[in-house]
Parts: sequence; structure tokens; C-alpha cells
Amino acid sequence: MSQLAFIVFQDNDNARYIVEAIAQDNPHAEVQHQPALIRIQAEKRLVINRATVEEKIGREWDVQEMLLDVISIGGNVDEDEDHFILEWKN
Amino acid sequence: MSVKAISDYITQPKDTVANFNGMQVVYVYWVKHLMYCSPFAFLVSPDMTLAGFFAEVLRPAIKDHPDSTRVNFMEAQWLLNGQAFSPTPEVALLAQGIDHKSMLTLTTPGLSGINGCAS
Amino acid sequence: MATNKKKLSLKDKYQYLTRDMAWEPSYQSKKDIFPQEDFEGIKITDWDKWEDPFRLTMDAYWKYQAEKEKKLYAIFDAFAQNNGHQNISDARYVNALKLFLTGVSPLEYGAFQGYSRVGRQFSGAGARTACQMQAIDELRHVQTQIHAMSHYNKHFNGLHDFAHMHDRIWFLSVPKSFFDDARSAGPFEFLTAISFSFEYVLTNLLFVPFMSGAAYNGDMATVTFGFSAQSDEARHMTLGLEVIKFMLEQHEDNVPIIQHWIDKWFWRGYRLLSLVSMMMDYMLPNKVMSWKDAWEVYYEQNGGALFKDLERYGIRPPKYQDEANKGKEHISHQLWATFYQYCQATNFHTWIPSEEEMNWLSEQYPDTFDQYYRPRFEHWQALQEKGERFYNNTLPQLCQVCQVPALFTEPDDPTKLSHRSLEHEGERYHFCSDGCCDIFKYEPDKYIQAWLPVHQIYQGNCEGADVETVVTKYYHIDAGRDNFEYLGSPDHKRWQAIKGQKPDESQAAKPKNAA
Repeated sequence: MSQLAFIVFQDNDNARYIVEAIAQDNPHAEVQHQPALIRIQAEKRLVINRATVEEKIGREWDVQEMLLDVISIGGNVDEDEDHFILEWKN
Repeated sequence: MSVKAISDYITQPKDTVANFNGMQVVYVYWVKHLMYCSPFAFLVSPDMTLAGFFAEVLRPAIKDHPDSTRVNFMEAQWLLNGQAFSPTPEVALLAQGIDHKSMLTLTTPGLSGINGCAS
Repeated sequence: MATNKKKLSLKDKYQYLTRDMAWEPSYQSKKDIFPQEDFEGIKITDWDKWEDPFRLTMDAYWKYQAEKEKKLYAIFDAFAQNNGHQNISDARYVNALKLFLTGVSPLEYGAFQGYSRVGRQFSGAGARTACQMQAIDELRHVQTQIHAMSHYNKHFNGLHDFAHMHDRIWFLSVPKSFFDDARSAGPFEFLTAISFSFEYVLTNLLFVPFMSGAAYNGDMATVTFGFSAQSDEARHMTLGLEVIKFMLEQHEDNVPIIQHWIDKWFWRGYRLLSLVSMMMDYMLPNKVMSWKDAWEVYYEQNGGALFKDLERYGIRPPKYQDEANKGKEHISHQLWATFYQYCQATNFHTWIPSEEEMNWLSEQYPDTFDQYYRPRFEHWQALQEKGERFYNNTLPQLCQVCQVPALFTEPDDPTKLSHRSLEHEGERYHFCSDGCCDIFKYEPDKYIQAWLPVHQIYQGNCEGADVETVVTKYYHIDAGRDNFEYLGSPDHKRWQAIKGQKPDESQAAKPKNAA
């Protein structure tokens, strides 16, 4: 059975850069646009890399800033200074 | 199982017949007529005859259904709390076993709701 | 002197500002300080194994929450200043907000109380911190929801006394009793009920597709509070998953207890969300996604991944999951039909879906809508066009556990109610399903006390014996304004005035046979 890790963001200016970074770092991910939100899903694992987001957004970016724009997640969370990872481990 | 609690757990049922001021609750489910979304809950006297219940309580409750005029309560099939039941019109509800929170299930062969869709 | 500008790592910061703020008691026993930690049978051997993957500390919490609030209130102001209520798709939509304010917002307050209580009961500092933050979040949610909807209260009926209504109106006993059940349980069951089963497994269905629908219907205020609340929810969901994994890893004896709670609270939550199913399919004039699609994405797909992940702990999917999956084809229609016939006793209006909406439902539900539900609605529509709008003037039988009228059908036979009953200590009890009947059997003493609105009316505890008196005096519904059919209602007329349309009196609000 398929196991999709997913993250949903508000469709706003901040989140669009994060989504761009996720799409670049997770080539297996699918990006879906729905009214007011953007959903990204991928088999098993999704990663947000701080370095890629900073490159897209053009400033320093704290991984915890994602808390401002996120709407929902699916998967086990692992977070540190450089990454935010969603993963199904089984 | 009993409730796991931090102290003795003593409770009372909230809906015993004693709380209904001499009345009792009777439910009626009319099979294949889901235009009435769920079984009806009626507040009735346990001394009311079944004939009275049919005429004064149940008949008005189902009057808006297009099948209602073709229902003959005495010829219909009845269950009382899941068991086959033969209604005796002149006997009181309680006297024929229709006690508090009993459910009567009414099946009307040949009538299967709006456009036959069980509505 | 060179200053070291390097920040603490997230992990260290979390350690210093959370775990290290706790201390070992010296003159009181832990058992006396945390007296509720053992009685449910959950065994915790090492609280240090508790993981908070967000590693959020209080200073960062305030910073991010403050930023969220500033954004949110700027939008509320803009919405009010620009008469945002005039730009929604249709005033029928506002009825979903009335249900939200009376049914959901008070649960946020209940959650605030619940997390404040259980946060006090855990001897692990990590769990206490997470519960404390969540308690504050929940308080913020109820406040922002009230603020957002106060604007609608100026322009539409039925929003004026939500807290009073939540405690009294018949259908609101469904959400109220759900939360009371959770809050009266022990701290670990509460977390399994609310953090895991409700927040992790089920709330996406309310806050993601429904809020996207709010946006699609032009409701800038609601989508904004919805998503702002939901941004906290990502943290709550993570807590929900972590708390389950933590309990399961602590001791194998915890597994059967937790499995039972998951079975119970999945079913309780599923029944509660039947209200949301009709909000999505019937109360959003512009449709985003059907309830069925939302269920497939947010329960079947996501829940499938989740329960596969939990397999390694010996946890299986919730017991009545298959019944719930089959129900996705039916429950929104069954609920709407129920509220259509009983809206003489609700603080919101109902209506027959338009031809276009019925066609959408046929497309979304090709196996069920035309066969089982369209004939019912078309029959009622024909009556309404003759000025005989249908109301059911007999009170319904309620399920002893979920308190929803016993309206649900057998999983494999949509023409038959899935009624169940049993006798317990000489009293007969009735249920909507095997799921609710099982919950009763496990803890009958809890549910024999249920405050069932229909029985309370019949016992004479609701200020009157007839529907109109109960509705007006006990519920504080403004009869003739808040309740009955939407077409011809004061809300409908006001909307027509806003849009410069002529009122159509042909299907007036209060027909002949209304109670």
C-alpha cells in the first residue's frame, strides 16, 4: 500500500518559496493547488532543507518559521536547525 | 467493564420511567420509510390502548408520507423489541408488554417508500 | 574579546528551557503530586523518552503566535471594514458558520480546559509543556473564532447566543457530549481521544477541505481563522502521534488499552464529523471537494499510512473503520435530510439543494445519490412548491452514546436503519450502530447518565412541552427568524436586499404544517 507523507501550506507569499524549495529537493513529490492552500505529497518521505528555502526566499530562514504558514502534515516529524522531515518509517 | 475512576464511581440511569411523571417513552420505526429520518420517540401514557395510540399518536405522526393512507396498522407486521408481536387494539400499551423505551418496528408489505426507494 | 554569536542548537535550547526547568520533588511524593497518572493502567517507565519533535520553547512559541495573531486581526479588520459578508457566494453559506460557532467553537474552549487539566497531571516535563502550549492555543482558537463570527452576527440571525445554545440545543449535545466524555476520562485517555484520534486522525476533514471551501465561498475571515488555528494544529497533530508512540513504547501492557481507546474514539469522532459531512456537501454553495473525496484523502489514504506505521507496535486500524469507509457514500445525505425535517428546532436554516447542486451530488455519489436520496429531496421540493414545506413534528429517537438521532443505515443496506439495543440492569438502551453499542457495553455506567435532549424534554426539564416553547424559552432560538426554511427567511430577504434582488415569496419560510 502507498504511504504518502504530506504537508499543506496556506497559499501565500511566504509559503510559495517553501513549496518551490520542497519541489526542488523532493523530485518525487506532487504539488496540488486547491482554493487557498497548496498540498505537497510524496511517497514515504518529504524533506524541507533550510539551505534551499534560504536560497529561494533570499534571506535567513529559521526552520520553525514554517509554523506560520503550515496547515497540516502527515508523517512522523523530525526537525533540527537545517531540516524538517516528514516520514513514514514502516 | 466498570469505569476506571479515581474514586468510587456511583451513577444512576437518567431515563428510568420514574422520571417521566407517569408517562413512558415508546419508539416506532417504520421500515423502508426513511423520509422520517429515525425512529419516532413518543411520550405516552402506559394506560393508553394500542388502538388509541394508533389513532391519536402514530397516525398523525406519519400523515405527511404519501404511503400513509394505505397503511393498515392491524394488518401490518410488527416487532416489539425485535420479537414478533401481535397487537391487541383494546388492551393498554403496558398490559401487552409495550413498556418504557420499547421499540415497535412496523413493516408494511407492498409499501416501500417514495418511488420505492425506502424513503 | 571575541563574542561567541553561535546560537544554541534547537535540541539544547529545548533541553534547557523545558526539561531542565523541572525538578525532582524532595518533600512530597511524586504520587501525591501527580495522583491521576496511574489509575488508567498506563505504565510509564521513563518520561525522558518523551519526544517533542518541534522542540518548541516558550520564547519561540510567543514569538510565532504573536505574529500569527497580528496577521489574523489585520484580516479581520479588513474584512469588517470592507463589508466582507457582502462578498460571500450566497447567504446560505452563513448557516455553516452558525453550526460552526455553536458546535465547534465551544469545543475549542473544552479543549483549553482539558489540556490545562491533563497538563497538570503528567510527571514528565516535556508532556506538561506540550499540553500547556496546546491549552493556550485552544483558548486562542475559541477567541479568534468568536471575533471572526461577531461580524456575521451583526448581519445574520442565529449567532447571538452560541454558548447557551451549545449547552442546551438537541443536536449540539452531539459535540458537547463527545468532549465531556473525553474530559471526564483520565489524562492518557484524554490525549488518545483528542490529540490522537481527533486531532491527528480526523480534524483535517474539518479544517482543511472545509476551510478551503470557506475561501472558495468568499469568506476571508473564516478561512483565515481556520488556517491560523490549523497552523497550531500541525503541532497538535505531532503531539498526538508522539504521545501514542510514547505510550506504546513504554510498556507492552499499554497496547490493548490504547487499542481500545483508538477503537472507541475513532468511532466517536466519526459520528461527530457526520455534521461536517453535510456542511461540506450541502452548506457550501461553491463546492470544492465532496465529503467522500475528503474522507478518501484524509482518512483512507492518510489513516492507512498512519496505521501501517503503527503496526510495528501491535496496533491495528480502528475496529469499525470498514463501516466508516462505507458510510462515506451516505452520511452527508442522511444528515442533511435530518436537519431539513427538524430545522424548526435549530439556530440555522436548511433548504432543498438547487438542481445544479443535486446534479453535482449525483456526479459525486453515482452509486447512491440518485438511488436513495434524490427522490426524497425531490418529493420535499414538490411539497414546498405547493406551500407545504415538510417538517417532522415528532421528536427522534437518539443514540445513547453519540446522541445523534438513530438515522444511520446498515453498512451494506442503505434501506435499513442500523438500530441496536440492549438491556442493562433492567433498563433498555438504544444505539445507532454496533460502534456506539460497543462503547456502551464497555463502560455502561458512564453512558446510562447521558443527558439525552429528547428525554429531557419529555421529562419536563426544558421549560415546556411543545417544540416552540422549548425552542424559544430553553434554547434561546428566536423563532421565525433563526429557524425554519431558508427560502423566505429574514436572512434570505436581507441577502436579496444586499444583492438588489426581488424577494420571492412563493416558498415562504413558515408553511402550514410547521410546529
